[in-house]
Amino acid sequence: MSQYEWPDHATQPLIGKRISRVDGPAKSSGRAKYTYDYNPDGLLIGRIVRCPYAHARIKSIDTSAAEKMPGVKAVEIIQKPGTEISWAGDEIVGVAAVDGPTADDAVRAIKVEYEVLPHFVSDAEPPKNIAAATGPISQDEFEDMQDNQVPDDQVIAILRKQGVSFTADEKWYKAMEGYGVDPKVLTALKAAKVLPPSESKSPYKRTATVKQGDADKAFASAAATHEGLYGIPCIVHCCLESHGSASEWSGNDLTVHISTQNLSGIAAQMAEPLSIPASNIRVLQQNIGGGFGSKFAADRWDIAAARLSKSAGGKPVKMMLGRDEEFEVAGMRPSAFARVQIAADKSGKLVAWQSNSWGTGGMGGGGSPPIPYIFQIPNQHKQHTAITTNQGSARAWRAPTHPQAAVITMCPFEDLAAKLEMDPADMLRANMDILGPRAKVYAEELEIADRLMGWKQRWHPRGDKTAGPVKQGLGLSIHTWGGRGHSSDQDLSINPDGSVDIKLGSQDLGTGTRTVIAIVVADTLGIPVEQVAVMIGDNRYPPSGGSGGSTTVGGVSSAARRASVDARDQLFEKVAPALKAKPEELEAANGVVRVKADPSRSLSWKDACAKIGAVPLTVRGKNPDKTKPPDLTNSGVGGVQMADVSVDVETGIVRVNKMVAVQDCGYIIDLKTAESQVKGALIMGIGYALYEEKILDPVTGRVLNPNMEFYRLAGLNDIGELVVHMMTGKAYDDRGVIGLGEPPVISPGAAISNAVANAIGVRVPFLPLTPDRVLNALEKGGAA
Amino acid sequence: MPDDKRRKPEADPGVTRRDFMKISALGVAVPAVLGPGVADAVAEEVAIQGPGKVPITLLVNGKKLSAQLEPRVTLLDALRENFDLTGAKRVCDRGACGACTVLMDGKPVYACAVLAIDAQGREITTIEAMAEGDALSPVMQAFVAHDAQQCGFCTPGFIVATTNFLQTHPSPTPDQIRRGLSGNYCRCGTYDGIRAVVLAHAGGQQS
Repeated sequence: MSQYEWPDHATQPLIGKRISRVDGPAKSSGRAKYTYDYNPDGLLIGRIVRCPYAHARIKSIDTSAAEKMPGVKAVEIIQKPGTEISWAGDEIVGVAAVDGPTADDAVRAIKVEYEVLPHFVSDAEPPKNIAAATGPISQDEFEDMQDNQVPDDQVIAILRKQGVSFTADEKWYKAMEGYGVDPKVLTALKAAKVLPPSESKSPYKRTATVKQGDADKAFASAAATHEGLYGIPCIVHCCLESHGSASEWSGNDLTVHISTQNLSGIAAQMAEPLSIPASNIRVLQQNIGGGFGSKFAADRWDIAAARLSKSAGGKPVKMMLGRDEEFEVAGMRPSAFARVQIAADKSGKLVAWQSNSWGTGGMGGGGSPPIPYIFQIPNQHKQHTAITTNQGSARAWRAPTHPQAAVITMCPFEDLAAKLEMDPADMLRANMDILGPRAKVYAEELEIADRLMGWKQRWHPRGDKTAGPVKQGLGLSIHTWGGRGHSSDQDLSINPDGSVDIKLGSQDLGTGTRTVIAIVVADTLGIPVEQVAVMIGDNRYPPSGGSGGSTTVGGVSSAARRASVDARDQLFEKVAPALKAKPEELEAANGVVRVKADPSRSLSWKDACAKIGAVPLTVRGKNPDKTKPPDLTNSGVGGVQMADVSVDVETGIVRVNKMVAVQDCGYIIDLKTAESQVKGALIMGIGYALYEEKILDPVTGRVLNPNMEFYRLAGLNDIGELVVHMMTGKAYDDRGVIGLGEPPVISPGAAISNAVANAIGVRVPFLPLTPDRVLNALEKGGAA
Repeated sequence: MPDDKRRKPEADPGVTRRDFMKISALGVAVPAVLGPGVADAVAEEVAIQGPGKVPITLLVNGKKLSAQLEPRVTLLDALRENFDLTGAKRVCDRGACGACTVLMDGKPVYACAVLAIDAQGREITTIEAMAEGDALSPVMQAFVAHDAQQCGFCTPGFIVATTNFLQTHPSPTPDQIRRGLSGNYCRCGTYDGIRAVVLAHAGGQQS
């Protein structure tokens, strides 16, 4: 029986150590090729005519002038006259031309007439008198209720009363079971009547009120109560490589180079609109310049590129979005705002929560944040209003809904602590027993974070009383995420010449996917990392899941472990006779295959592989694989973060001095890239805490800052000192591999906002904490 | 620029901006305070290029590269699309993010903010010429060692900028590092590694 379980870090040469990423040299030298770099002979450049209005109906389209222009090779109408357009920047016509300037001219030559319709882009607080929705529950709403831990009996009652507007397949039900949705809820869902979705003219959709315990009574008898307004606006992904693809046809076969987080899923998405079997579509991608949740789909512009290529006789058409298009149509993170009331007893233990929250995900849903976040407060009363706005739809943005939930929960938490004149770290300690399944993790992490920040020595009550305009403060936040490994199939081959390759239809977002696979294989086979060729980015390789929700590392490492253990054990069988030993008496380490009890009896890796014969030894590794226990991945992590900031109360400028992140992610494969994930998340968090906001013009309905001057990312000068501590040791390692991409990006907004409040003595209600917002808060709240 | 490449606009859509400037310059009395040198400069015949394609020759990584390009084509697009030098990336396309940083006469510039036609006669160096053959340059090696890269899309621009910065500031102060490397953005958040690259280099220089 093969032993698949993860080996002890202490005994291993590679796993759990700091290993440099295997594609580092290609990326550093500029040799790494991205979709945007695809540049074959005869390449045509695609561009899109986009709607300039946030809400309109297409009256007419005249492409005749563009079609006659020299160098224009194809023109395709994407949305026909009569179609209602719901956001500025939506795709109307695609063109392909011999080069970019010619395609730009063709776009300008296309005349589209619109009937302009009234638009709505405001996500300001909704009117108070909106009735709760009584119509059927959509899939989005159902999933939201689960994310928000609406009590099962309430979900069942709502499903019975209101019905549903969707039917789901078995796969979805299985997934819901996997997320831990109670079977009796799923039974009620299956039994619910299916009704057409409710047609409402109002942009506001209020959920039913969720009640737990007796909030009114708990507030009345609480030792301290705080009420406040909190929020976080829409932000964008701003992947440095914009969305896009290049398509080319050979007969009825399509080859697509695409910037995607979902390589194995793209063909199925393109097959239907293009009316060809998915098996005719080859999907390729060596490197991706960022995704962060926004690159799962074959988008309308990708389909347009494929159609343009077909019209142009199959020539390759590359369609990459411009930066302004990227900001308008390629996804955003939903906003979330809330009026919150929170109460505690005199020990600081939370006893009651009341919230009216709202936010927009554009034209689609976007999810309501799971508030109160993590704390299982016994008495709750909450409702959420989803606002439909005329802007490009939300897409998953690294840890969907969680950063918003952290802000809306951890900021009132610290405000309440201030009211109780308690150190928030102590108040967190007082609430450990309502922190759910990860409580013990938070308790350990909090003490480590406290030490690394010097919190105990440095924390001061709200409002830095020292002289001078620059005030210093500390703040904290906690977060959680799932991160169970996705399904992944991989083919591992040990070749007779000793080379090793492993193939899978995955992608490396810069998280280190190639590197962790190489480490697992090399460690298991006892060879150097450089000897393993990890081949990804081709959908002819075995399918592997999309890289979202921190599911990749658990999936690919588990499958790679199973594949390499099987391959190694099969190699042992071939080699054993030559070493006059039984296969189970052998081990592979330090580049040799040897007898465990007598290491002098050994063969070099190369000589051992020569025993394979002429045909490579190839095995298929899978995740999940119940036939090859144990489960090598797990779900559920906790993290604690602390921020140290300085605020100039004369200019309103906030600077981050230091961030501390203490994070668990189960069994770590590569400590170096793991730490990089956390540091990167802290920096992204500093960006959305201090600078990032997608600003919509209420008059035109367009994005006012669709560029990188006025939508500012954090720069090297903005980040302060970053201290990362990864939790390791038996209790963590034994849980298996858990994803890390999302969790550390959740807390920075709340922790930094809390640190600013601690520095200046007043809460700046909304992120980003720009100088004008800081000065406004100071003016309203009185001088610090 | 040789005389045979000077020409009138191929199509005359009316008075162009450049024509307008010429007309203004010639038609308006030059204020005496500007002096005779300035008067000579504005009165000089200005070469009209385009709007169609014109022959453009660039000196890139020590090689002369020629193409027929419209004058509106940026150095970045010429490098990427005409000469397949794709190390410099097209990200913001308006001089804000630094992903397209190349050296022009030894100084870092945003290639998206320079017209190819204006880059003629200048020495252009791209990331492709900074590796030492197949081997990485010391700065590239340091980016790998300090994990100063994730998705890698900003990395070539950052390496061009960092290499130049370290040549001009062999022992940088923390303040010089903050200012000197603030012209490039990274979305994955690799600045801590980049800072480590620079500090390690500075430490090596000082020791």
